[in-house]
Amino acid sequence: MIDVLIQLRGARQPLLAQAESSNDFVHLGGRRVALADLACDVPTSGTVFGVLFNFPGELAALGDAVKAAPYVAPPRAPVLYIKPINTWTGAGMPVELPADVPAVRVGVSLGLVIGRTATRVSAANALDYVAGYTVVNDITEPHDSYYRPPLRENCRDGFCPIGPWVVGRDAVRDPGKLTVRTYVNGELRQENTTAVLARPIPRLLADVTEFMTLNEGDVLMVGVPENRPLARVGDRVAVEVEGVGRLENPLVAEAGAKA
Amino acid sequence: MKHARVAYAGAVHSATEAPGGGVKLADGRVLPADAVVWLPPVQPRTVFAVGLNYADHAKELAFKTPPTVPLAFIKGPNTIAGHRAQTRRPSDAKFMHYECELVVVIGKPARRVPRDRAYEYVAGYTVANDYAIRDYLENYYRPNLRVKSRDGCTLLGPWFVDAADVPTPMNLELQTTVNGRVTQKGNTRDMIFDIAFLIEYLSSTMTLAPGDIILTGTPEGAVNVVAGDEVVTEVQGIGRLTNYLIDDSAFAPSA
Repeated sequence: MIDVLIQLRGARQPLLAQAESSNDFVHLGGRRVALADLACDVPTSGTVFGVLFNFPGELAALGDAVKAAPYVAPPRAPVLYIKPINTWTGAGMPVELPADVPAVRVGVSLGLVIGRTATRVSAANALDYVAGYTVVNDITEPHDSYYRPPLRENCRDGFCPIGPWVVGRDAVRDPGKLTVRTYVNGELRQENTTAVLARPIPRLLADVTEFMTLNEGDVLMVGVPENRPLARVGDRVAVEVEGVGRLENPLVAEAGAKA
Repeated sequence: MKHARVAYAGAVHSATEAPGGGVKLADGRVLPADAVVWLPPVQPRTVFAVGLNYADHAKELAFKTPPTVPLAFIKGPNTIAGHRAQTRRPSDAKFMHYECELVVVIGKPARRVPRDRAYEYVAGYTVANDYAIRDYLENYYRPNLRVKSRDGCTLLGPWFVDAADVPTPMNLELQTTVNGRVTQKGNTRDMIFDIAFLIEYLSSTMTLAPGDIILTGTPEGAVNVVAGDEVVTEVQGIGRLTNYLIDDSAFAPSA
């Protein structure tokens, strides 16, 4: 079992619990409770940043297009984006797809939860700035171009489940060797490992904080693997990071939307 | 009314404009403007920005045709600073420019707001200087955060002005001076996508929250600025926002 911080919906502060390694049960206040029976809220509070192409396969999928217009050249600096607060939702919460969004791409990312102000940190001590880890499901409307910021595609209400909890840094021996998986209706659809990151976590933190301070409570996703699965209304999506947790959310039609 | 957030004598205060250009703290103390540290007048949760929203500026940046949908993106809170802030100008950059912008502050939760009701959701306005460093532009999620969300490169202030005091937000002069010389002039009436459209557009897919802000873009007149420059971005009736550019020497070298 590992110690985890859980934010229950309606609670004013997080609770310390112990998660079983199956990720299905937690021990909370002396009771053993199924995760599915807990009303989990988002366990983090700060800005949520994502990074594109940190799984090399994601960039490789572009092939020679990176040398042609509109891209012209492969990216040099980390390609970052923000999942704003309207996108956040907790474990188990239904994610509503609007009527004009028949399918979405889903994908797993390990989320680094920042523990203290990180400005221009060196890779050598970058992990000192990490308080812990969580799991993020980065949901987006399918889109092919990476040229413009995909604000509408990325930032629909509820398109960023986070959780179910935060695991302390010391409970994860090496965040650079974690298997990440995405399941749709229980079927494994995406599997990769943080061992292949183009920018390993310490390098990523150094390169991001070179120009952008990360603050306590911020979440930096380390990247989503290539081949993000498609999912639709009625599907249950689970994203899982080895040793951190599994985050499951059903996709539903937006209330009032036509099926 | 014009509102500010300032730091004075070890505390953060709400303040309003006092006669003669000073500030009046909520506790009644009246102070000269240079006696306080000016903080961003609003503390937004989500910062939306719109690029290429003036036809002349879009042309200046070599876009052949104006955009058909807003080029909207989100900045992080790290980039926000206030009136009279110092902004770092990296010595390796060849082209760093200011952008004078009218900022809309959202007043209540906004979801699928039609254009003709958009102003009901506006709490007020402030001024931004939205710096960009063109050397760092890359063609992925352009304008990328390394250009647009740098620490201390998005200035807000000095005042938050109540919407009721701004009857014609779509007809306000914008002007930037660098060391007192006028380098940028424009008028909000020349926006490609106006405030009502932007609120309708953004709220059509996202729920906006009170305090969220929208930087509405900048007209032509972007010129390179260097360390030592004093840059003042001004929007008619909203405020004059001063910024000082400083070089790398005060900062620790990158790790």
